[in-house]
Amino acid sequence: MIDRRIFLKSSGLALVGGSLLPNVFVKMAKASTTKGSKTLVAIFQRGAVDGLNVIVPYGEQAYYAARPTIAVPRPGAEGGAIDLDGFFGLHPSLASLTPHFKDHSAAFVHAVGSPDATRSHFDAQDFMESGTPGVKSTEDGFLSRAVGLKKEPKASPLRAVALSPALPRILSGAAGAVAMTNLGQFGIRGGANVSGGFESMYSEAVAGALGGTAKESFDAARILKSADPQKLQPENGAIYPAGPLANSLRQIAQLIKSNVGLEVAFADVSGWDTHAGEGGAQGQLANNLRTFSDAIAAFTRDLGSRMGDVVLVTMSEFGRTVRENGNRGTDHGHANVMLILGGGVKGGKVYGKWPGLASQQLYENRDLAITTDFRDIFAELLTKQMAVPSLKSVFPGYDASPSKWRGILA
Amino acid sequence: MNPFTKILVGALGLALLTGASTPNPKLTERQRAMHVLNRLAFGPRPGDVDAVAKSGVDAWIEQQLHPEAIPDRAVEARIALLPTMTLSNAQIVKTYYEPVLMARKKANAEAKDGDVDKKDIRRELMQDIPPGQRPQVVMNDLLSQRILRAAESDRQLNEVMVDFWMNHFNVFSGKGIDRFLLTSYERDVIRPHMWGRFEDLLMATAKSPAMLFYLDNARSIAAPENRPLFSQRATFGARRFGRMDAMPRLQANQQKGGLNENYAREIMELHTLGVDGGYTQKDVTELARVLTGWTITRERDGGGEGAAFIFRPFLHDAGSKVVLGVRFPAGGGIQEGEKMIQILAHHPATAHHIAYKLCQRLVADEPPPALVNRVAAKFLATGGDLRQTVKAVISSPEFWSQESYRSKVKSPFEYTISAVRAVNGKITDVTPIARALQQIGEPLYGAQPPTGYSDKADVWINTGALMNRLNFALALAANKLPGVQSDIVSLIPSAEASDASRSVEALALALTGGNLTEETRSTIKSRIVERKAPAQNPWDNTQLPTVAGLILGSPEFQRQ
Repeated sequence: MIDRRIFLKSSGLALVGGSLLPNVFVKMAKASTTKGSKTLVAIFQRGAVDGLNVIVPYGEQAYYAARPTIAVPRPGAEGGAIDLDGFFGLHPSLASLTPHFKDHSAAFVHAVGSPDATRSHFDAQDFMESGTPGVKSTEDGFLSRAVGLKKEPKASPLRAVALSPALPRILSGAAGAVAMTNLGQFGIRGGANVSGGFESMYSEAVAGALGGTAKESFDAARILKSADPQKLQPENGAIYPAGPLANSLRQIAQLIKSNVGLEVAFADVSGWDTHAGEGGAQGQLANNLRTFSDAIAAFTRDLGSRMGDVVLVTMSEFGRTVRENGNRGTDHGHANVMLILGGGVKGGKVYGKWPGLASQQLYENRDLAITTDFRDIFAELLTKQMAVPSLKSVFPGYDASPSKWRGILA
Repeated sequence: MNPFTKILVGALGLALLTGASTPNPKLTERQRAMHVLNRLAFGPRPGDVDAVAKSGVDAWIEQQLHPEAIPDRAVEARIALLPTMTLSNAQIVKTYYEPVLMARKKANAEAKDGDVDKKDIRRELMQDIPPGQRPQVVMNDLLSQRILRAAESDRQLNEVMVDFWMNHFNVFSGKGIDRFLLTSYERDVIRPHMWGRFEDLLMATAKSPAMLFYLDNARSIAAPENRPLFSQRATFGARRFGRMDAMPRLQANQQKGGLNENYAREIMELHTLGVDGGYTQKDVTELARVLTGWTITRERDGGGEGAAFIFRPFLHDAGSKVVLGVRFPAGGGIQEGEKMIQILAHHPATAHHIAYKLCQRLVADEPPPALVNRVAAKFLATGGDLRQTVKAVISSPEFWSQESYRSKVKSPFEYTISAVRAVNGKITDVTPIARALQQIGEPLYGAQPPTGYSDKADVWINTGALMNRLNFALALAANKLPGVQSDIVSLIPSAEASDASRSVEALALALTGGNLTEETRSTIKSRIVERKAPAQNPWDNTQLPTVAGLILGSPEFQRQ
């Protein structure tokens, strides 16, 4: 095994560059006149994506030893990884994200995850969304708690939106969030008299007792109706691929461009549970990653300079085993990788302490160990991007103090 | 509290203020009938309020407390037509799960080279399965019986309690094979035990494949060094029968894995003692050890994968344990777990926890502590007799108080079913209702966390969900919800229907028992009725479904 520091030194590449150069979106935003509010876009890769084949530690011989048939080859080889820093490389299917890494608008965090030992999708997603690993009785989601802490008298009813049929765990709670799959279909299906009738029934009750309380639903529907975001065409030549994630991101972009006060958007995408026939540079995972990457690349292109106010972050419940299994796939593991992309990101860097892939370095002798708690990443994003005043109730029982942040956002 | 809840509570506050000028602390007989039909049933059908008020509210309650004496033939005849309702776990697994397993195995084998997407192959293989044997049949049948019973059964309180206990002992259909095990779980575990002793209900869930799989106890086994030593003779004899529960020691010691605390924690936190019930992490670990070997059958045991409970002595932790101060010497077996379940079932903390949840469900989101204590005392005094405990809640002054009356927001299940009942809807296909429940936030058998769904309003109502409630109301009233036939015009006497104002009143009476506020009444009149200029366009009944949709969507109808 090659020691990472030595490897980096000998390859002559420095890591510090990333944090000194402003990323391209910051430059673009400065040059433009937009003054939209900030938005955090969270994408959940449900099913546990194989982070070791997303950001490939090609500098580790142990990676190749553990994965005889599904490893992504080293940069330069056929189907090889796209070099990031002399040690890590991007899966070739993520080529459409490479420019963002090079222009410092995208960063990755490796060996990140939820510290609970569970390898159940169901539990691990639940823990990640509730923000309380190991505690199952938490009723609401951490993004909902974060939104609830931002007391804004003029908060938009569309401040928190999930592009999903049911409100996901991460946004459920007392703060109120809107779940929808189609912007054009959210609202009362019944004409002006009917929706107006409902509105006055509910608003008069409000005016009588608690005047001034928001009538979120009707307001959200009205805003959507008048802003008519779904009419907006992708800009800057962006072409969204087919598929649910692209469909969600296209609509999130429409909401952002419509200035309807979107603060948090959530989308999920499944298909990552690659127990068999995962493939390496090509195959099942490669296909999924290409659609994933192209959807995100279309989103950033579509938004253009508006990305200066947007941060996109991805998460997945856990990583997958370092060693490939008997079916040329991988089983449920532990640590994973996150992508953080957008304005203010000090990108061009793979963050996180690398724990190594030698047997004795693995978690329970099988998985990539966690060196960064996912809550540390979100703590920084929520504070810097969303101006959440305190994290105490967002991550109860967890110390998410700034000293633990990785400095991913300016 | 979220804004929508505030609206409702606010509206209620207003109603109470108006009521204060004419002091009337006691509910009228019609209000009492309305109250029980909302809380102990899934809402009144047209005429129900009068019928219950006439025949006597107390008599109705007494009848509902003994569902076994209510014939309920009509709905049972419909449910008998659902093919999977009478099948055992083993039969369901064999008929509906094995084809899935075969497809999965084949797809994995074909996808091994990595060039083809195994999902595509699996999809193709699944399409080759005859429609009647596809796995969805099981869940469709289960949803059908649950929705049909809630909407049409005469054993209404029974269905309310099924909803309560299925939620208390929640099992998520989306986890692995549980979607095939829930049919038996509801039919054989929850329904037969929920009017008996809590201990029996708890024990039945603890030995149910659905729960053992859902909360991972099925895979919780003793650490290798704690596994029992069996004599060669015993293992030799057992081997001839080829049973895993008497697996040879060598094999048992090679079994990978170890302790899983999931179920041990949840049975104390959620099913019995409650999160503040006084147990420690050490108790959780020790109880998990007590429950090792409580698992489900595998294919090689016969009967199908996961079809039955089985205790495997070879995987049981043979060491000594202490749980909640109860000491178990080394060498115990299944009786350790049975004893602990018995102790948990009768624990004072359990009595309080169950009483609290029942009161929260039936009386108020924040039930009065004095009421909870009285109900808990009844639970303990009767040895956990659930019929007596429920009766204690229903017969309490708190249940009948003005504070309780119409103070709770309906859950999505209560809301949709009560709307269907209010319009006397005829259900021909439950799928649209099941889908609406998903959109409104309570997919049946779809609660992922073991906590189940909340019984408090503010968790239920979010903007998207409210929108979906209103759209459901409009579609249902307009007879545009596929699978549910409704005829709004037939709900009111034809003499009333010819007059705009009187037909609104008649409809309000039919759908809500007359419980509309002035705001809602005047809104409906100004928005719908008076929009039609009488001279040019006389009242012709075509607006009645819209009026009904507004009534079913009104804040009043969201409450119970």
